[in-house]
Amino acid sequence: MILVFAETKDGKLKKNAFELSSLASKIAAELSTQAVAVVVGACDQPQEIGKYGISKVFHYDNSSLNDFDDYAYRDVIIGLAEEIGAHLILLSHTAIGKALCGRLSVRYKADCISAINGLSVESGQIKYIKPVFSGKAFAHYSSSAERVVASLIPNSVSFSAGEGNAEVENRSDAVERSAVEIIKRDVISGTVPLPEAELVVSAGRGMKGPENWGIVDELADILGATTACSRPVSDTGWRPHHEHVGQTGIAIRPNLYIAIGISGAIQHLAGVNNSKVIVVINKDAEAPFFKAADYGVCGDLFEVVPKLTEAFKRFKAEN
Amino acid sequence: MNILVCVSKTPDTTAKVDFIGDAKKYNEEGKQFIMNPYDEWYALVRAMELKESNGGEVTIINVGPASNDPILRKGLAIGADKAIRVDAEDTDAFFVASQIAAYAVDNGFDLIFCGKETIDYNGSLVGSMVAELLNQPFISYASKMEYTDGTAIVNRDIEGGIEVLKLKTPFVLSAAKGLAEQRIPNMRGIMMAKRKPLDVIPAVDAGSGLSIEKFELPADKGSVKMVDPNDMDELVRLLHEEAKII
Repeated sequence: MILVFAETKDGKLKKNAFELSSLASKIAAELSTQAVAVVVGACDQPQEIGKYGISKVFHYDNSSLNDFDDYAYRDVIIGLAEEIGAHLILLSHTAIGKALCGRLSVRYKADCISAINGLSVESGQIKYIKPVFSGKAFAHYSSSAERVVASLIPNSVSFSAGEGNAEVENRSDAVERSAVEIIKRDVISGTVPLPEAELVVSAGRGMKGPENWGIVDELADILGATTACSRPVSDTGWRPHHEHVGQTGIAIRPNLYIAIGISGAIQHLAGVNNSKVIVVINKDAEAPFFKAADYGVCGDLFEVVPKLTEAFKRFKAEN
Repeated sequence: MNILVCVSKTPDTTAKVDFIGDAKKYNEEGKQFIMNPYDEWYALVRAMELKESNGGEVTIINVGPASNDPILRKGLAIGADKAIRVDAEDTDAFFVASQIAAYAVDNGFDLIFCGKETIDYNGSLVGSMVAELLNQPFISYASKMEYTDGTAIVNRDIEGGIEVLKLKTPFVLSAAKGLAEQRIPNMRGIMMAKRKPLDVIPAVDAGSGLSIEKFELPADKGSVKMVDPNDMDELVRLLHEEAKII
């Protein structure tokens, strides 16, 4: 039995919950077992997970569970895993997943493999593939343990919606929380957070100053992309800290990463080299980033970026 | 207050990544090793600041062979009072967490800090495992922490923002950018580090069924395709028709 921890945000299942469910149901079929899901806290449509191959979802719906708490979430997930005899617990490698993954494995006496980007079945055994050395290599893991807890980096596997609803089993008991008190949450609204973004437009020192960011925002707007920046730009305060991608900032893996006026230091690449397609715009033909790029444009960004925005506008109008 | 800071040894960010022994082991030959940046820049430095304003002692702990001692000496040079090395290969996160938890149980700490992840295995596991082994709360990806009289206010980085949490010691925290500013050890610190205790202790039993079957390097990207800066319609066409991402 595989147990998927399906995360929600604002009462809706998150995209990475669907991604995880699709992968879990595929692996379950190959192992001739079943994949079920657990949803913790308020959720409008838990049955929707059925479109991604999950036949049953356990919904723990009590106000004590609406905000994440590591003790309460641990107790719910481990309690259910013991009850159904889960051999594999799958989480997403998100803020919540990072807080929980190791804790769950210790409590469940399971092996733990975090931050994987793929799972496969070979001769009846599960293989776990994990990017290591900040994406510069991959490690193939196996486990001889009866139980495993693993977390999948969001946006790792492709998936699509099918048909059907999952059977929902509601459980409404209150669960004891830890003594950690949540004072407030400040989250930017309106855009997709960087770790989950499929399209990212990022800019660096080549922008010359924060007053020039209008052309970056316009390009991001037309694409529906999330904006990001390099370390020097966030360190000097041109852009907020939460936009910094790279080794010390946020690691991302979008489908498209457009880097504008960023030279491509190795520490920056470590955070973005899992992007599927990289476009680099830089006036310096020797910028190291071109070596890591799929498409390059060597030119003045103040001319190239508005032209690219116009080209996307024409494309949108025609398609 | 007494703080335990967990420090790892990792290859330098710029070190080449290659493997030996049937691609089962990282090739350490000729590589430069450093203290994991999140452990050094944020976890250790914040621990030093807390000690400076509240008194107490900062202990650093590492699991690894004698060749890790220079990493611990650097931690002592930055200002830690003493260092502990658990003399064993750091096979996986559970093994490391079990060593740290065993030492912490015997010695009692108000706070245990580690970095948000190591830059080699990027697992982000040791902190949450230590917390569970000690039955303490764990705050992952802390980018700010204020402390007064046994109570801490901590910012946790979450997707697209932060969560502000209030809790009492003891607890475990993993450090992200923002928690502190990097400190460079000065000559006095380096000299004093030589006289500070570095104790080597044996490992406790802790096993797992995990094994790495092989490492592999990513497929070559192929060379970059350059597009005429005056023809951005061509770039859009390539992204649509060739890369198929828009």
